Amino acid sequence: MTTLTLFAAVPGAEAAETVKATGPASAALWLILLPALSAALLLLLGRRADRWGHLLGVVAPVASCVLGFVIAIQLLGLDSSERLQHVDVGSWIDAGALNLRFGLLVDPLSVTFVMLITFVGSLIHIYSVAYMEHDINRRRFFAYLNLFVAAMLTLVLADSFLLLFFGWEGVGLASYLLIGFWNHEVDHGHKVGGATAMENSVASKKAFVANRVGDLGMIVAMGLLFAQLGTVAFHGRPGTHEAGVFDLVGHGDLSTAMATGIGLMLLLAACGKSAQFPLQSWLGDAMAGPTPVSALIHAATMVTAGVYLVVRSQPLFDQAPNARLVVAIVGAVTLLYGAIVGCAKDDIKKALAASTMSQIGYMMLAAGLGPVGYAIAIVHLVGHGFFKAGMFLGAGSVMHAMDDEVNMRKFGNLGRRMMFTYVTFGMGWLAIIGFPGLTGFFTKDSIIEAAFSSNAYEQSWQPYVFGTVTMVGAALTAFYMSRLFFMTFEGRARWEPGTHPHESPRLMTWPMVVLAVGSLGFGAFFGKMPWSHWNGRLSDWLAPSVGHPHEHATPVVAWPIITFGTMILVGLALWLAWTRFGSRAAQVPREAPPASPLVVAARKDLYQDEVNNGLLVIPGTYATRALVFTDGVVVDGAVRGVARGAVAVGDQARRPQTGFVRQYAATMAIGVVVLIIIVLAAQII
Amino acid sequence: MITTMSAVAATLTDMGEASTGEAILFWVFAPVMVVASLGLLLARKAVHAALSVITVMIALAFLYVAQDAPFLGVVQVVVYTGAIMMLFLFVLMLVGVDSSDSLVETIKGQRGVAVVGGLGLVAVLAGVVVTATPKVPEGLDVANGSTKDSTNPEELAAIIFGHYAFSLEVVGALLVTAALGALVLTHRERLVPKRDQKARVEARVKALAEGGTLTPLSAPGVYARHNAMDVPALGPDGEPLEVSVNRVLKVRGQEADADEYAARVDRVLAGGWAHGELEAAEPDTDGDDDTSEEADQ
Amino acid sequence: MNLMNYLVLSTILFSVGATTVLVRRNAIIAFMGVEMMLNATNLALVTFARINGNLHGQVLAFFVMVVAAAEVVVGLAIIVAIYRTRRSASIDDVNLLKDVRDPA
Repeated sequence: MTTLTLFAAVPGAEAAETVKATGPASAALWLILLPALSAALLLLLGRRADRWGHLLGVVAPVASCVLGFVIAIQLLGLDSSERLQHVDVGSWIDAGALNLRFGLLVDPLSVTFVMLITFVGSLIHIYSVAYMEHDINRRRFFAYLNLFVAAMLTLVLADSFLLLFFGWEGVGLASYLLIGFWNHEVDHGHKVGGATAMENSVASKKAFVANRVGDLGMIVAMGLLFAQLGTVAFHGRPGTHEAGVFDLVGHGDLSTAMATGIGLMLLLAACGKSAQFPLQSWLGDAMAGPTPVSALIHAATMVTAGVYLVVRSQPLFDQAPNARLVVAIVGAVTLLYGAIVGCAKDDIKKALAASTMSQIGYMMLAAGLGPVGYAIAIVHLVGHGFFKAGMFLGAGSVMHAMDDEVNMRKFGNLGRRMMFTYVTFGMGWLAIIGFPGLTGFFTKDSIIEAAFSSNAYEQSWQPYVFGTVTMVGAALTAFYMSRLFFMTFEGRARWEPGTHPHESPRLMTWPMVVLAVGSLGFGAFFGKMPWSHWNGRLSDWLAPSVGHPHEHATPVVAWPIITFGTMILVGLALWLAWTRFGSRAAQVPREAPPASPLVVAARKDLYQDEVNNGLLVIPGTYATRALVFTDGVVVDGAVRGVARGAVAVGDQARRPQTGFVRQYAATMAIGVVVLIIIVLAAQII
Repeated sequence: MITTMSAVAATLTDMGEASTGEAILFWVFAPVMVVASLGLLLARKAVHAALSVITVMIALAFLYVAQDAPFLGVVQVVVYTGAIMMLFLFVLMLVGVDSSDSLVETIKGQRGVAVVGGLGLVAVLAGVVVTATPKVPEGLDVANGSTKDSTNPEELAAIIFGHYAFSLEVVGALLVTAALGALVLTHRERLVPKRDQKARVEARVKALAEGGTLTPLSAPGVYARHNAMDVPALGPDGEPLEVSVNRVLKVRGQEADADEYAARVDRVLAGGWAHGELEAAEPDTDGDDDTSEEADQ
Repeated sequence: MNLMNYLVLSTILFSVGATTVLVRRNAIIAFMGVEMMLNATNLALVTFARINGNLHGQVLAFFVMVVAAAEVVVGLAIIVAIYRTRRSASIDDVNLLKDVRDPA
């Protein structure tokens, strides 16, 4: 299979003609402005806004959400060729050859994200009103959340890599601020998993630094694009003869090697932001932030930005099959990595974080499959956004009930005490493990099926490898999620003495209910369902942006085998988890027992931090020390040597400087005599 | 007079030699000038040095006139000896005339260097003069305007106000600046408020409590026989007033003994007229009869 | 008489003036030595004027006198100012130009 045929097979690429935005879509800027203004207001007013700040903080994303829905409905009513709408806001950067306009791209892909971000975001904002009620910095928390929403919307609505990067950095900043939100001991009564303010700060810095490594890839990719194509905009502005990156790549303006390089750089950026191998180490620590933050940023939206970037850059990856293969490999590795780590974690939030990592691995893998997988990656992303956010909120609710305890070994049998949390969390759990009829079943099954597709690869053995990985991943997912669920809600109570679990306030439960309903129904409406009228609705909707998947997926194994094989594996894992953690007979020690080397390694994130330390941090430290030493001895030594020499010369030179004017005059007189002697001698000779 | 002087002195022979009269003038003045200059170098007192310099300068004025530069000769006398050297003398007065300068050298090696430098300068400068290619001097007859019936000052003026007009302006500015600079340098800021009459009166009234007086101190006793500043006046009670004698006299020990005079007054009041006692008791009078003095009182 | 004699006299006066500057500690006397040097120069200038047969040398001497006058005014003012603060007219007492650190 050659690049050319691949490219030709993408209808989305042919439809990549943007039109000037009309109707509500032309107001897309307000999507971003509303939360941005709210954040600015909350931050600038400071403590004066403490009493009503959280209300404003909730209203802003809700308003954006409403506007987002209106735009979505408008797009639905348009012909698919008119769904790539472009809002031109104005000139942004005009520097020599780089002439960039600030514009928004309102297309099915970005609108899908807008709805996910604003809808889930709004729910989490509402949840936070109750969750953060006793925090004196609640207003600041909402300001940061709004800032995040604004930045994330900028990221997905951007019409150029540079504006996308602007939002990319914005969400990185918001993430940093929110992970380290409890960075001051006296500010809060919360201690997440016994973490101190110092540990929270370190976690936020770790996330920030890991993200910067990825950003380097983004910057290099943009530089290459600009050098090669002279632009970093996605598409040319409608009504002009300008061409964007995606208009140019298909027409031979970019060599395959260069496209591969750019693709790999973009992948590096995506790895940093989406916690993919090898930059995944920060996500577990990022759970130090308040739980709503984990739900919104580190599960539902921000960490999926990497998937968005890959899918958005689809025309580039179509040009570079090798880069795409690397994307798939990274996704597969992370998928297994996250699943293995998730099986061993006792911290409920870190287990969920590992799960997030693993699920994003699924999405990455799907995106790496090319035209077959872009749409299903997004479908899984949206579904995952719902059920993972719901589960995080559930975890927050549990922590709320258990005095901020996060160790699942000290939970157990909470289902009876917290009905709402139990049921909603249960729906999320069933959804993620792929229980038939729920979201995960449809979305993940599509990915497994696509992974088995022969036309996504160049080698005939590849479908089997990736397909098997996804199936094993599905089984592992079922095991660790069931373990998490059973350890928390089933089995015997292993609570710390003095804890009195109780259901959370209604402001916290009903966002969980809404998300649970989403987990239930989302797949049924939008996932793959061959017998349904709704079959592949979301994929069809995304087609103008990313191409249509169903025309390409041709599994090497018949789909019933895949589906039922997966279900059997999931069922086995479920049974295993129940016997070990769920039933009344299961013994769950309150301290982590000694275990096999694999489990021990998984508890320690498969030694990711140790590897990072050994490969990067320690050599870096020594290199820095060596540089400091060189600087001190060689560079400073030279400088100081010059200075010392000057002082020594000066010390000798000032000896004649006695301050006696007569001596100076004598020197002058002798000098005059000598001079005249020289002149005379010259004349005489 | 200038014209006559220049007419007498300025003629040069065809070989460029000065006239005999000029030679005599030179050989009279040159040794005087050298000796006087050595006076500057060696004189212990600054005033003597200044006088030596004045001597040199006046002699120089003569030589200028002899060299067809009568204007400069006059200016030399007026400016240098008349103004500059007077200024030097004023400053000498200000700094202290009679502080004679020690000629002992304090900087190690300075004397030797100075001798080497001085002799060296004489040697090399003389060398320059000697090795210079001789030129037959042209004389200043023409330049001084003998052909067009004008004089040295007129010709100088033509050059200064013509060719050197700008330099003259600059030098004028320099002079003004120098005058201002001298004013600024010697200006002394008043550190305490001026003591006017009112302040002095108030101070006196204030000092009254500590034994001061409102009135001026009494004048010394001026008697018929003494009529001297060194004798204290007698107060209304007949006691001598110590404060009436100038304190400078007291410091120098030149006052008359106040007690003696008081004792004498006592004796007079007691009716004691013993002549011998009086003679013995009067230490620094000239031995004249005191009765008249006592009677005067 | 050869006019060179004037120049030799000028040389001697100049050298004595210079030596005075080098030897005498009294600022006023040293200053008079400077004046003597200027006068010696003037004598040379006047003689040169006569040798060359034009008056430019005399003009130059005139300017030297004017500048000397200005110099004397300022110089003496400085001497007086220093004398006021230090009660001394010795130029060796005015030695703040030297480095105050103890020479190593």
